[in-house]
Amino acid sequence: MLFIDTLLIGLSSGAIYALMALALVLVWRSTRVVNFAQAGQAILSTYLGYEVMNMTHNYWVSIPFAILGGAAIAAFVDGVIMRALVKRSHKGSVSEIAPVIATLGLLGLIRSLTGMIWGNAYLQYTSPLSGKGYMIGQHTIPFSPQNLIIVIGALLVMGVFAAIFKFTNLGLALRAASFQPEISRLAGIRVDRIRTIGWAFAGAAGAVAGALVTPTTYLSPNSLDLLLVSGFVAAVIGGLDSLIGAVLGGLLLGVGFAFILQYIGTSVTFSAAFIILILVLFMRPRGILGSKGGRRDA
Amino acid sequence: MSALEVSNLSINHGAIVAVRKLSFTVEKGQLAAIIGSNGAGKTTLLRALSGLIPASEGTATWKGKSLLGQKPENLVRSGVAHVSEGKSVIPELNVKENLALGGIWRKDKKDVAIATEEVLELFPRLRERLQQSADTLSGGERQMLAIGRALIARPDLLLLDEPSLGLAPLIIEQIFEAVNQLRHRLGLTVLLVEQNAMSALKIADVGIIINVGTLVTSGQSKELLADANLRAAYLGY
Repeated sequence: MLFIDTLLIGLSSGAIYALMALALVLVWRSTRVVNFAQAGQAILSTYLGYEVMNMTHNYWVSIPFAILGGAAIAAFVDGVIMRALVKRSHKGSVSEIAPVIATLGLLGLIRSLTGMIWGNAYLQYTSPLSGKGYMIGQHTIPFSPQNLIIVIGALLVMGVFAAIFKFTNLGLALRAASFQPEISRLAGIRVDRIRTIGWAFAGAAGAVAGALVTPTTYLSPNSLDLLLVSGFVAAVIGGLDSLIGAVLGGLLLGVGFAFILQYIGTSVTFSAAFIILILVLFMRPRGILGSKGGRRDA
Repeated sequence: MSALEVSNLSINHGAIVAVRKLSFTVEKGQLAAIIGSNGAGKTTLLRALSGLIPASEGTATWKGKSLLGQKPENLVRSGVAHVSEGKSVIPELNVKENLALGGIWRKDKKDVAIATEEVLELFPRLRERLQQSADTLSGGERQMLAIGRALIARPDLLLLDEPSLGLAPLIIEQIFEAVNQLRHRLGLTVLLVEQNAMSALKIADVGIIINVGTLVTSGQSKELLADANLRAAYLGY
């Protein structure tokens, strides 16, 4: 029983890691930038959802607003900040890391901004669903209706993304532009615009993660920071440029965490992420589904 | 006025001047071969004409409009297609998807379907491999795919960068024959960049010979082929 309970805990948190990993992978694939600001963007969109919920008193109505907000924030970050940065920087080692440094700066900026607007108090962004675990006979399992909606929501987002990438022209353009930007340009694809759309998708995924997970904890300017670390580790485990890899990496990490927590103790949670990361990099430097030289080429 | 006019064009490649004050013209419907050895500036020239890199001086116009300072994706949309060096296909996508890219932005979806069908008739090998990843194609098939994708955009100017590179002689002949057929059938103007002077000049109307970024000579390809001095010095046979 304990084993299954632990698995269920892992599944729910893994689904959230997977969403965050998906957001990081989408940006990495389209622009070769590790977007540290993703945690900030997600928190900003979650505050937006919180405000909408305060106005409408309806959690479900607030989610689409958070998603749209997350997409718009991401599109702004890429379309305005990243594009200007790339345009102004010349070739060389600095131009390659400048965008990554910029995302770090942006994370700090967004965090202070949210702190200024909403304060650093722990706010409650509540879901109408119960956070209490389902009962099976006499036993309460550590899996609540909110956990269920987390898993369903994550699966839904992944399903929608998979369908877009596989079956639509936009998806084809997104894939082509991420693999071979120059050839895509020569084929007539507006690669800059397509990249911004990729960022917007990432922002939407991060927003879903924030809106679904926050009711299980609390909302504060840095309440999603740990999620960024987990999402990043999950993305690397999955190979950094594979969407399916991100999902598998997230679930694997979630379940791995749950077992470490259960059988070893809570004190090692944070370091466990890095130990898992190092182990994966030792055994499979490309990640479980990474493409040949994907990380090195970049 | 000629359809394609390049005048006094210079292009820098870092600190090096890769193309220096180059001028030539190509008439509508002509196939012009730009011949030169490795490092002559041929690829640089095409990259500038398709908007991938900026020119430092001079002009280049197609049907009276400047080619310089435009984004490649917009040039393609206005009919200037560039098949870049090294089989410009996307290996991570399958053949069908690579072809679809060529018409993804076009509004006239009916004509995209017609153009795709024409390409598959021209290169039946591609039809057999539609679901295969482009990575699994042979060099010749990749070149067919790259040219096919460009044709689906219905270009009127085709810039071809060394389609013969790394291909067996028999395949080179097939590709060149296909290009020659195409331009007669579709009325395409073609700028063909080649090291393989013999094969290129055989199908070309005019030849433009460049060496270290400057024009050596240009003229009717028949005359160039007949010129013993040129043959020895630049055509390599």
